[in-house]
Amino acid sequence: MALASKNADETVADVLIVGGGMAGLILATALGNAGVDVVVVEPNLPKSLLDTDFDGRTTAIAAGSRLALNSIGAWAEMQKDAQSILDIRVTDGHSPLFLHYNHEDVAEGPLGHIVENRVIRSVLLDCLGNLPSVALLFGRRVKSLDRDGSFAEAHLDTGETVKARLAVATDGRGSPTRQNANIGVNQWRYPQTGIVCTVEHEFDHCGVAQEHFLPSGPFAILPMTERRSSIVWTEREDLAPAILNLPDKEFAEELSLRFGDYLGELEIIRPIFSYPLGLLHADSYIAPRLALAGDAAHAIHPIAGQGLNIGVRDAAALAEIIVDAMRLGLDPGSVNILENYERWRRFDNTMMIAATDGLNRLFSNNVGPIKVARDVGLAMVNRTPPLKRLFMRHAMGVLGDRPRLMRGELI
Amino acid sequence: MKTAEFNGENTVDPAEIERFSALADAWWDPEGEFRPLHRFNPVRLSYIRKSLCAHFDRDSRDLRTLEGLKILDVGCGGGLVTEPIARMGATMTAIDASEKNIGVASLHAENEGLEIDYRVAAVESLSEKKHRFDVVMALEIIEHVADIDLFVSSCTKLVKPGGLVIFSTLNRTPKAFALAIVGAEYVLRWVPRGTHQWNKFVKPSELARALADSGAKIDEITGVTYNPLKDEWQISRDVSVNYMLCAKIS
Repeated sequence: MALASKNADETVADVLIVGGGMAGLILATALGNAGVDVVVVEPNLPKSLLDTDFDGRTTAIAAGSRLALNSIGAWAEMQKDAQSILDIRVTDGHSPLFLHYNHEDVAEGPLGHIVENRVIRSVLLDCLGNLPSVALLFGRRVKSLDRDGSFAEAHLDTGETVKARLAVATDGRGSPTRQNANIGVNQWRYPQTGIVCTVEHEFDHCGVAQEHFLPSGPFAILPMTERRSSIVWTEREDLAPAILNLPDKEFAEELSLRFGDYLGELEIIRPIFSYPLGLLHADSYIAPRLALAGDAAHAIHPIAGQGLNIGVRDAAALAEIIVDAMRLGLDPGSVNILENYERWRRFDNTMMIAATDGLNRLFSNNVGPIKVARDVGLAMVNRTPPLKRLFMRHAMGVLGDRPRLMRGELI
Repeated sequence: MKTAEFNGENTVDPAEIERFSALADAWWDPEGEFRPLHRFNPVRLSYIRKSLCAHFDRDSRDLRTLEGLKILDVGCGGGLVTEPIARMGATMTAIDASEKNIGVASLHAENEGLEIDYRVAAVESLSEKKHRFDVVMALEIIEHVADIDLFVSSCTKLVKPGGLVIFSTLNRTPKAFALAIVGAEYVLRWVPRGTHQWNKFVKPSELARALADSGAKIDEITGVTYNPLKDEWQISRDVSVNYMLCAKIS
C-alpha cells in the first residue's frame, strides 16, 4: 500500500498516475514491480473499462512492446488471447505492385501481435492487483493539482488528497492535466474518421495482416484469434456518418467492397465504433513535478499501428528513469530527472509522428503521379531486402536507444 | 538536532531558522548555486550504492537496500548525500564543522520526514567507544583538512571490523589544477574562487599510505570524469582529477 499519512483522507506516494488507460497501467505495473509506491487515479470503474462497449479497438503490439509487457509480467496472460502477425501485405488500391513483410525476413520472431484493448486492460489490472505498492483509486477524478514545492498534490472529487513526488499525466489525448498545466500542443485534424469493428470470417487468415491504401485512407485488416479480424477503416469524414448509419446488410456490402472475398463469408460483430482522427504533439513533456506520457503527450494517425507502442516506450523510459533515480535515493520529480525523460522521448516521438503523418498524406489521395511514384517506391522497398528489414525493425520497435524493459530486461 | 543552539524548543532562535531556510533552499535547488554538486551527486551515489551492495551482499534492485547499516557522513554540508543514503534505508549520522550547514541539513531532513542524526562536530571529536559504524564516508572533504593522517585514522577507527571507509576527493595533478581550479572556479564559476587550494589536493598514493597506516585495505580506486557534452559525470579509469576509493577495515 502507498503510505497512508496522519490524515485519513491523504495518501502519500512516490508517483501519482492520473489516468488509468493502457499507458498509465503499464507504467504503474513497471513501477510497482520495482517497489515504487504508486497511486493511480481514474474516473471510470474497472468494470466499465472492461465492458465490450467501452473500447472495441485492438492494438498491434510490436516486438519491443511485447518484450516490455513480458518484463513486467503481463505478456504470459495476454499471449493466450493474442494473434501473431506472420505477414503484412501492403497494397495501394488495386495496383498490382505491393510490399510484403514476412516475419522470416527478420530474426525477432513474429512481426507483432494483435490483442484486444479490453484484454490488455484486464491483464494489467490483474497484475496490479498483486502489487502491494500500487493503490488504484478508480471512480474518482482529479479536481486540481498543485505542483509548487517538493510535492505534487492532487485534490480529488471525493475530498481525498494524494501527495506524490511526481505526477504523471496519462489521461489521454484531451488530457485535462496537460491543459491545466498550460502545456500547449501542436495539433491538426485529419479530414478522416476511423471506423473500427470486428468481423468473423469463413476461412483462416493465416496470421496475415493487410493494409490497403484506398483513396479515402488506409483500410487495415488485422488478424485476431478464432477466425476473426479487426477492421480499421479510415474514411473521409464527410462520408463516414452515412456509412455508420447504414443498416447491417448495406454496411456489410460496403465493407466487403473494401475487404475483398479472400476470407469467404463475413459477419460483422457489433458494436461498430468510430473515432475522429487527428495528430497531436505536446510542446513539452514536462513541467514542474509533472510528466506527460502516452496519448496525453502525443496522438498519431493509426496508419502504422504505432499509437500504443510509442506510449509503451514512454512508460518504459519513464519507469526506468524514475526507478534509477529512486535507487540512488534521489527525488524522482526533480527537474534534472524530468529533463532526462524529455530528452529521451520527445525527439524519438517527433520522428514517429512525422513518419505516420507523411505516410497518410502520401497514400490518402488518388493523384496520378503521386500514385505511380508511391507504387514504384513500395515495389522498390519490397525488392531491397536491407531497406525492408530496416523499415520492419523500426516498426517493430527494436531499433534505437531502447529502455531496458523494451530489451526484455528488468528495470 | 544535537547542537546546543537547537537543543530544546526554548533555545531556538527564529531568526536563525529563517536564515537557514533561505540557505536550505539554495543548497537544495538543483538549478541554483549548488548546481555543480547536484550534477555530481548521481555518480557519487551510484558508486557508493554499488560498493555497499557488493561489500554487504545486498540486492541492487531493492529501493531500501541499505536497511540496517549504520553510516557516518563526515563533512555532510547541506545533506545532499546524507539524505539519499538515508532513503536507501541506512541509519545515518552526519557531522559537519559548520553550524550553518548542520542547521540547513536538519531543517531540510525534517521537512522531508527523514530521521537523520545531524551534529556539529569534527570527526576527531567522536569517540570510538561511543560510536561505531558499518561505513564511514568522507566525500570532497579531505582536500580541506589540516592533517590528512589524523583525519584518515579518525575516520577508520570509527568503523566496525568488516566495515568500509569511502573517500572521494581531488588528485594533486596539473590537470586537476587546470580543471578544478582554473576551470571550475575561474572560467565556469561553478564554485566560488578560493573553494579549493591545489596544494592541499591529495594524491591517491598519499591517501593509500594513510589508509595502510591505519590498517585499512584499499578495495578499488575509481576515477570520475565530466562529460561536457552530456553535462554529466561518469565513472572512468582516469583518476587524474576526481577520484573515489573504498577501503576495508579488518
